[in-house]
Amino acid sequence: MQNQEEINRLKNVVQQLLDEAKQQGASGAEAAFSVDNGLSVSARLGEVETVEYHCDQGIGVTVYFGQKKGSASTNDISSDSLKETVKAACSIARYASDDEYSGLPDAELLATEFPDLDLNHPWDINAEQAINIAIECENIARGYDKAISNSEGASVNTHQGTRVFGNSLGFLQGYQSSRHSLSCSVLAGSGDAMQRDYWYSVARDATALESARQVGEKTAQRTIARLNARSLSTRQCPVLFAAEMASGLIGALIGAISGGSLYRKSSFLLDTLDTQIMPDFVRIHEQPFLRGALGSASYDSEGVATKARDIVSDGILRSYVLGTYSARKLGMQTTGNAGGVHNLTVEPGSNDFAGMLKLLDTGLLVTELMGQGVNRVTGDYSRGASGFWVENGVIQYPVQEITIAGNLKTMLRNIVAIGNDVDLRGNIRVGSILLEQMAIAGE
Amino acid sequence: MPLLEQVTQSILAGNGLQTQDVDRVMAVLLSAPVDAADIYFQSSHFESWSMEGGIIKEGSHSIEHGAGVRVVSGDKTGFAYSDRIELPILLEAANNVKAIVRHGQQARRQIEVAKSWPQLYQPLNPLKSLDDQAKIDLLKRVDSETRKQDSRIEEVMVSLIAAYDSVLIANQDGSLAADVRPLVRMNVTVIMVENGRREQGSMGGGGRSDYSFFLENDRAFEYGREAVRLAQVNLQAQEAPAGNMTVVLGPGWPGILLHEAIGHGLEGDFNRKGTSAFSGRVGERVASDLCTVVDDGTLVGRRGSLNIDDEGTPTENTVLIEKGILKGYMQDKLNARLMGVKPTGNGRRESYAHLPMPRMTNTYMLPGQSDPEEIIRSVKKGLYARNFGGGQVDITSGKFVFSTSEAYLIEDGKITRPVKGATLIGNGPDVLTKVSMVGNDMALDSGVGTCGKDGQSVPVGVGQPTLKIDGLTVGGTSV
Repeated sequence: MQNQEEINRLKNVVQQLLDEAKQQGASGAEAAFSVDNGLSVSARLGEVETVEYHCDQGIGVTVYFGQKKGSASTNDISSDSLKETVKAACSIARYASDDEYSGLPDAELLATEFPDLDLNHPWDINAEQAINIAIECENIARGYDKAISNSEGASVNTHQGTRVFGNSLGFLQGYQSSRHSLSCSVLAGSGDAMQRDYWYSVARDATALESARQVGEKTAQRTIARLNARSLSTRQCPVLFAAEMASGLIGALIGAISGGSLYRKSSFLLDTLDTQIMPDFVRIHEQPFLRGALGSASYDSEGVATKARDIVSDGILRSYVLGTYSARKLGMQTTGNAGGVHNLTVEPGSNDFAGMLKLLDTGLLVTELMGQGVNRVTGDYSRGASGFWVENGVIQYPVQEITIAGNLKTMLRNIVAIGNDVDLRGNIRVGSILLEQMAIAGE
Repeated sequence: MPLLEQVTQSILAGNGLQTQDVDRVMAVLLSAPVDAADIYFQSSHFESWSMEGGIIKEGSHSIEHGAGVRVVSGDKTGFAYSDRIELPILLEAANNVKAIVRHGQQARRQIEVAKSWPQLYQPLNPLKSLDDQAKIDLLKRVDSETRKQDSRIEEVMVSLIAAYDSVLIANQDGSLAADVRPLVRMNVTVIMVENGRREQGSMGGGGRSDYSFFLENDRAFEYGREAVRLAQVNLQAQEAPAGNMTVVLGPGWPGILLHEAIGHGLEGDFNRKGTSAFSGRVGERVASDLCTVVDDGTLVGRRGSLNIDDEGTPTENTVLIEKGILKGYMQDKLNARLMGVKPTGNGRRESYAHLPMPRMTNTYMLPGQSDPEEIIRSVKKGLYARNFGGGQVDITSGKFVFSTSEAYLIEDGKITRPVKGATLIGNGPDVLTKVSMVGNDMALDSGVGTCGKDGQSVPVGVGQPTLKIDGLTVGGTSV
């Protein structure tokens, strides 16, 4: 379901901007225009807390004068403002240096096929209805068990937007998409023993969201499970990253094989193309054309066609993650990843979560990570963690106030198994990941 | 008041509005029995320049403006915003948001606030404080001076950012408050290689000033030298220890400890809701008696300073902890009213498109008596942490982390060798009770902090003297 009239309205503005850039002497230009409308409501302790109406738009242009580049953006689409924006971009380009790698993508790499990816499902819901869902969800969480002592509330968000991208090579495309979510967060215990947790569901189509009951119950269960958490003594042990934490590990890998990190030589995976970086059972691939998925796109942020392809297979790094500029810097071709990856999928193994716990046997299950202690240059990894101590495949007690540390290069090689309990709520689709061993610091 | 006239002129008149139009929108908001209402107008100019590989690689410029309208009734908030500052759109937004008010409460006037306040920074437009050629020249000079420092340097990245933000806040009592907020920042990152080992060092600074800030005291070049020094130290770093040990934190930026361990937990919203590990603990001991911690938005020219917060309340120097005893919380208007206390000038928002909430400004600990060298000498075995990356806190359990980017082992009272970055983890409500020595070398950070909360980013500052903490968990790999 795409409103062509709205897409055309935005296309006209983008074309106007590209024409203006040409008028002002640019040898090439690209422009993007996005409009987003939304509603967010939250409820706490059984009553509405906030109602927010969102209405955002932004337009950005990049101009090239030969190999010099400048960018500018605004949220004012009056024709005077558009002229001024192009002028600001041109003025910056005059001061930028000649950069032999800079420029628009090669024309033959631009996307030419635009399948319907089923991304647009506006949710016909008003504030009152959204509030009722949030209240229901929070009530279920609060009423789940008498251990639930307080609440940060539940919220419902719905967004619908239109994005158009064009460049002076004649590319001009747009699409509409939607995104809805339901989330909840409650507290259990009191005083020094207080704990909090949350759960959320997100989807392009509201009918695919978990119900208020599912989200509310899961929130309550997760929160109660954290009560009476203790620290661990300092040790080495196997670590199981729950699926929602495993995506961070894979995200760090993608960061390290991204063009920007590579050409700046600030990556712990420099010069690893076609080498073994993970165990041979690991396959990681991109699926840009999944219908209705959160990361689907038929072209990247430069208009380059996306591709379904393997990034890692048999544990060997098959491809970097590149946009036009970084690819040229590295003497390669863009992989259609300007702006990021599209439904990056780690091939699931045969074990469900219970099976993964059995494989872990005795060790740490990590369900939350804190801080940004990941060094992309060296791969050194040290983060705050909480989760559960597991013995003989059975959860024993919750743990907190510990750190887990290692080096990502070794951590990636020491993956023992990947679960089939895949978390589909993000652009990285991965199940739980078991690592052979990490350093735990605690009391 | 010339500043108010200047901003009213640029934001209202510039969009064809008059102050009577603001009154009309306010009248719609106040037609429901609300406790508070405001309209927040904003106009922002932003630019960034970056250099890498020895060339000026990128520059960008942006102009944004918009207005947000808000009503508050009890603890309920209705909010809408638009990037079009036009009367019909603002009236429609006002009509939408007042629908949240369903229960008839008495309209009340807000607490009276001061009508004048000192200017902590000049209403400068930093984007125009240098011409573009001079900005480029500065970047190139910093790049080449930095590259000369060490033959092992492989890459240098320098960035320069400026923002020029004008805000106009209309409150329900008919008052208008304005602020013009400059903000600049520069950053230098160095990648260095030796025997195949690759390490990074990064340093930057800034404040509410214009680009001349970087020319004063050789600051821009000092960032480069410091980035090189940090990369040199990291090239020597060995595995960090793992476990609970005595930790000495250096002065300045390590004050991120205070921001994470206690700052967030003392924000009014969490305490009003009873979700913070510090809830209901005013008057209790939460730190050793060596510790006095303030949140001070009134420091001249600092990154976290504001003349008025985003609700029009003048900022204050708020004592959070005095000699170890919890004194109070940081408040915006909504939470102050519901808790029956005064707002403290901590109501901040990322932009017109975001709701205000209690946020920190510049959070720091006052100096103590100890000589920093005496503090190091007193440690038999421990960690000396001099620089940090980011941090995070769970305000409910009180657990917080922050990650070192420059740290050394202390052995027999001496700093011995550098160790790799490690995350430190502790418990907010008791970490400061373990502070056994406080240095006399209080310093503020160089002006690089950005704080995130509920998806909103705002610039902040931190600071502290050298501190000795008897027992904090260090997340190294050497078990």
